Amino acid sequence: MTIVDILFLLAAIASVVGAVQVVSQRNPVYSALGLIASLVSMAIIFLLLHAPFLAVIQVAVYAGAIVVLFLFVIMLLNLKPEDLGKDPDPPVRRRVALGSLALFILLGINLARAGLGAQPFAEEQVDPTYGSTAAVGEALMTGYVLPFEVTSILVIVAIVGAVVMAKRKL
Amino acid sequence: MFTLSNCLILAAALFSIGVYGVVARRNILIMLMSVELMLNAANLALVSFGRYYWPRGDHAGQVFVMLAIAVAAAEAAVGLAILLAYFRNRESADSGAMGLLKG
Repeated sequence: MTIVDILFLLAAIASVVGAVQVVSQRNPVYSALGLIASLVSMAIIFLLLHAPFLAVIQVAVYAGAIVVLFLFVIMLLNLKPEDLGKDPDPPVRRRVALGSLALFILLGINLARAGLGAQPFAEEQVDPTYGSTAAVGEALMTGYVLPFEVTSILVIVAIVGAVVMAKRKL
Repeated sequence: MFTLSNCLILAAALFSIGVYGVVARRNILIMLMSVELMLNAANLALVSFGRYYWPRGDHAGQVFVMLAIAVAAAEAAVGLAILLAYFRNRESADSGAMGLLKG
């Protein structure tokens, strides 16, 4: 086991634990904290995968902006315990858990059958600039400029939609 | 240990946990957070595929993940705005109480 393996293992365990916290906590504030843990450990895995720019974006946009937006809404609503939503009964939730476990096993079986990448990531093949801000930015502004611009239209639509939805009177 | 298949298994695990959160919970905030988890699992799969198969090619995987993060941010903003409008009318964040359009 190299240091990269150990880091990957720790980050994977932390992200799964955070994800379980998200879905198992009754109080949405604790769920948001679990989401931050999961997203930050995912950023560590992005760093190990030679995607430093994406790791920074992940922390800044996901953990910084989206989770803070969630926390703002949680505090704005100031939900009382009875407003949190009545979850299905434990037997129903157990069946849903079995269903998602079956989904995971199905995905795992198919991944094993596909035989994808059992050998470690080849470190010596990587271009030194792979995943750097300059390289990703150049790709965004040259080959992928159309999807980039379409995304900007989508963001404008989302801003207008959010303002219209959250306005007190239409 | 740090292989493509293990990264994909981690992505599958996070996706399954997100599916459980969307189906088994009735709190709209937690359902939205579970959707974010599922999007993030897909992002991990995209980045690891790009790293494994095109370590010196173009950055299609990482560019796609950037756009997916933008979509996730837009989805969170619109979803939370809908939740605010819903809460203003019904004083609850319970998705089980959403039955106004039921025939």
